Amino acid sequence: MDVFVQQLINGLTLGSIYGLIAIGYTMVFGIIGMVNFAHGDVFMVSCFIALITFLLLTTWLGISSIALAFLVVLVVAMVLTALWGWAIERIAYRPLRGSFRLAPLISAIGVSIFLSNFVQVVQGARNKPTPPMLSGGITLFERDGYAVFLAYKQILIMAVTAVLLTGFWYLVQRTPFGRAQRACEQDRKMAALLGIDVDRTISLTFVLGAALAAVAGVLYLMYYGVVSFSDGFVPGVKAFTAAVLGGIGSLPGAVLGGLIIGLIETFWSAYFSIEYKDVAAFSILAIVLIFMPSGILGRPEVEKV
Amino acid sequence: MAHSPSATQAGAIPGSAMAGILRDAALYALVAFGLCVPIISYRTEAGPGSDLLLVPRWGLVASLCAAIFVVRILQRLILLRRDARRALTPSPAQATEAVHGEPDAGQKTSRFGLWMFVGVALTLPLIATLATGGLSSARYWIDLGILILTYVMLGWGLNIVVGLAGLLDLGYVAFYAVGAYSYALLSTTFGLSFWICLPLAGVFAGLWGMLLGFPVLRLRGDYLAIVTLAFGEIIRLVLINWTDVTGGGAGISSIPRATFFGIPFSAGEDGFAARFGIPYDSMHRLVFLYYLILALALFTNFVTLRLRRLPIGRAWEALREDEIACRSLGIDTTATKLTAFALGAAFGGIAGSFFAVRQGFISPESFNFLESAIILAIVVLGGMGSQVGVAIAAVAMVGGPEMLRNLGFLKAVFGEGFDPNEYRLLLFGLAMVAMMVWRPRGLISERLPSVSLGKRRAVSGAHVSEGHG
Amino acid sequence: MALHPDPRAQAQASAPSVLAVEHLTMRFGGLTAVSDFSFEARRGDITALIGPNGAGKTTVFNCITGFYKPTEGMLRLSHDDGTTHLLERLPNHAVNRTARVARTFQNIRLFQGMTVLENLLVAQHKPLMRASGYTLFGLLGLKGYRDAQAEAIERAKAWLDRIDLMERADDPAGALPYGAQRRLEIARAMCTDPVLLCLDEPAAGLNPRESAELNALLRHIRDAHDTSVLLIEHDMSVVMEISDHVVVLDYGQKIADGTPVEVRADPKVIAAYLGVEDDEVEAVEAEVGITVPHGDPTRPDVTHSEASV
Repeated sequence: MDVFVQQLINGLTLGSIYGLIAIGYTMVFGIIGMVNFAHGDVFMVSCFIALITFLLLTTWLGISSIALAFLVVLVVAMVLTALWGWAIERIAYRPLRGSFRLAPLISAIGVSIFLSNFVQVVQGARNKPTPPMLSGGITLFERDGYAVFLAYKQILIMAVTAVLLTGFWYLVQRTPFGRAQRACEQDRKMAALLGIDVDRTISLTFVLGAALAAVAGVLYLMYYGVVSFSDGFVPGVKAFTAAVLGGIGSLPGAVLGGLIIGLIETFWSAYFSIEYKDVAAFSILAIVLIFMPSGILGRPEVEKV
Repeated sequence: MAHSPSATQAGAIPGSAMAGILRDAALYALVAFGLCVPIISYRTEAGPGSDLLLVPRWGLVASLCAAIFVVRILQRLILLRRDARRALTPSPAQATEAVHGEPDAGQKTSRFGLWMFVGVALTLPLIATLATGGLSSARYWIDLGILILTYVMLGWGLNIVVGLAGLLDLGYVAFYAVGAYSYALLSTTFGLSFWICLPLAGVFAGLWGMLLGFPVLRLRGDYLAIVTLAFGEIIRLVLINWTDVTGGGAGISSIPRATFFGIPFSAGEDGFAARFGIPYDSMHRLVFLYYLILALALFTNFVTLRLRRLPIGRAWEALREDEIACRSLGIDTTATKLTAFALGAAFGGIAGSFFAVRQGFISPESFNFLESAIILAIVVLGGMGSQVGVAIAAVAMVGGPEMLRNLGFLKAVFGEGFDPNEYRLLLFGLAMVAMMVWRPRGLISERLPSVSLGKRRAVSGAHVSEGHG
Repeated sequence: MALHPDPRAQAQASAPSVLAVEHLTMRFGGLTAVSDFSFEARRGDITALIGPNGAGKTTVFNCITGFYKPTEGMLRLSHDDGTTHLLERLPNHAVNRTARVARTFQNIRLFQGMTVLENLLVAQHKPLMRASGYTLFGLLGLKGYRDAQAEAIERAKAWLDRIDLMERADDPAGALPYGAQRRLEIARAMCTDPVLLCLDEPAAGLNPRESAELNALLRHIRDAHDTSVLLIEHDMSVVMEISDHVVVLDYGQKIADGTPVEVRADPKVIAAYLGVEDDEVEAVEAEVGITVPHGDPTRPDVTHSEASV
């Protein structure tokens, strides 16, 4: 029982991080129908940006308040990662918007390969350990020597995710920008004819997605304490799996999918085998897609005959 | 990108346009600066203990931003001149893409390109030997030839699935892996000969393709892509972890070498050299392998071209164009997709078994998503369905990065510590983006009809659909 | 009965049915698109399905041709030799393959990147596949397949001749002008040798001359190929000119069923197209200046303004 609760906490935390990355995938897919393969590597870049900023703040500028440092790192990482997201969209995707669907996909894969190798070349191939940022937590209960521990950082991660999800849901449903985004999702030409600046809306979507990935990156860095250039691919694919699982195009679906994937991964490693945890996640994806192609919260698409 | 209307003369560039260009370039440099900080500006190094040190590299940042500034200015100037020239003499290609204009380079290439490719491929070992002055010194080039031809075959195999039938498969490497491991296991465990194992591996891969395809082929385009990606990853993970059967991360080694129809390539009495009365050279086996992969690739090509003219091939292309119309004409789209998928898988499997023979040793590392991505990029860059386009793309994408290894002179420019090898994949990724932006429809986007009443004329790429899976 | 006896119409009145639609109902979630719709298309007829936009006509078509599974109802297709097929039970492609029902689409669905000739050959997939031994004989280059292919090309050429596209046989279908594309789609459907041909707005976007050519083509199909035709159409000049039987749909329900002349004068039909209540029809007609002698549907001296309904 205790193991179960502990794994539940761990799984939800991991799932929250996946969920934040998944929102970026789902927003981009919703608006231009493209799988942004580079998103996972943008997440990885944000981890590095956060790491370097944190080191700068604590060692060079000597800021001692962890909370302040964390906040500054978060803001800086979000801004700079958003810049990366914007630049990638302008260079690699916007020229390809239009006819062929495969061309932006290959371009995205190219960006992904570029980013991971870029970071490898520029920062070195070794794993980069981080000084601990936030330690300590609450022991929920203890039985037979096994303590169920809820770390502060876990609370922070889940809280941040919940807040951001609510905020984004509000953004998409209630604000003019959200309306413009949904209009572009439904019918881009018509939206343009009605005066919506489609290019700007799409750019902003990428920027927001990248900013969210940055939040996930900072939280990931804080949670795991180590980062490497290859950390983009697997979390990226899993987050994308989460987005599809939850129903691509649905924001709550993305987070729900993320939580499910996080839970599956954690429980599988705890109860079965750690080696096959990724296989479990991918297999669940395949099964869900075969029987429920539009995902859990997705809208089934009816093709016009 | 606004073009100044006053810069119509191909010589003068008025001040206002120049100011605009400078501002634009400054913006680019500024964005570049933003991207450089802090990830280039500070390098994290392992310090004493387990700490990280930050090493500032502002000089590098400055030179990068300056370089981008200059390059952007040059790019704008060149584009300005090109547009000015075009405004004076419009070419027929600009006006209408879809109308039969003058056949462009792409169309002309398709005609004789394949024969040229085959010709070069057939004579490559000879040319390499003559050029490098000896069989052994030609080793590098023959090796490279084998590598490129393997990717050509893989590209031609995937072309059936993606190019002809329009199914988006992101996990093609799985069939490559199944073929390689089937061959390895069959030959090491059962000791079956190469000529039995090779087709068997293809059959296994084809069966696997049918198994995989059956539940997923009714999914729409993007979902099919994700599921095939997931399957590719599952296969790789199973290969790594199912140590009993697959040897895990260590892989399977000591795969028996290829023989010349039963005659081994050894130096002894019963060896290939002795039998044919020529002096022994360790290169014989390599040359044999080269012609073997060439034969396999050409076989793939032959089957594909043949099938294109048969009802099944036409059904594949019709499927890519409009699946709903296909169903309304009585074509069983699921079965049609399945055959494309399984056939593509079979060819991938055969290529995989060749790979196993060539290497003598296989491990899961060779079968990751990057391989699937490269093969897909080769097919898309080549131009959907175009055989010769895929061949050219394979040469460019596999041969190109290899060439980088030879650019030793760059050491003189950037200093001794500079290893161009590190940058191979980085530039590869950039090249993928660049090629897609330059030619989104691939190198050869025209399509030759499979049957015609009169002279066969290529269909412009503007009409051909990319398929929705 | 008719004042102008039409021997053909008299023979047809007792012709066997080719398609019997019984109590067809189609629901999408909470929306009922078609409700308890029944009609019969007789063999050798050109049957028109008309009605205002959104009435559910294409939904009916999609049910008949296997793209939707009806919520309720039965669709019985009868062949010449007496065999019947329940269309609602057949998988999508089997509706064409086994039951021999072909169709065209509202938004033309040609194979744009393939040539005109290739489009017509894809339609002959079934016989060619069999002749190619499901690809095996074809791969080996056996004569049986080559003969079958030549025959298929001849058949395609006959249709190309009929629809006047012989010179453009090697052009991509996407490069054809609109009217030619529509004709090609019909020819392609006919190459599957159907018993029932369903046309979804074949005259949409055609000018009067092209509409007249379409009429001739449809008559040829009915007479020379022994194929029954079911068409959705808005262009009344086509409907009235060539249909033998008209069924009118409004809000998913049948409101009229009969000969063109009968249907044209039916006040319920007029009301549906004008968008007014049944009992206001006469008042509105007087306002607009239409005089239709109600109750005497056989008098041909109606002075409609044939505005597109």
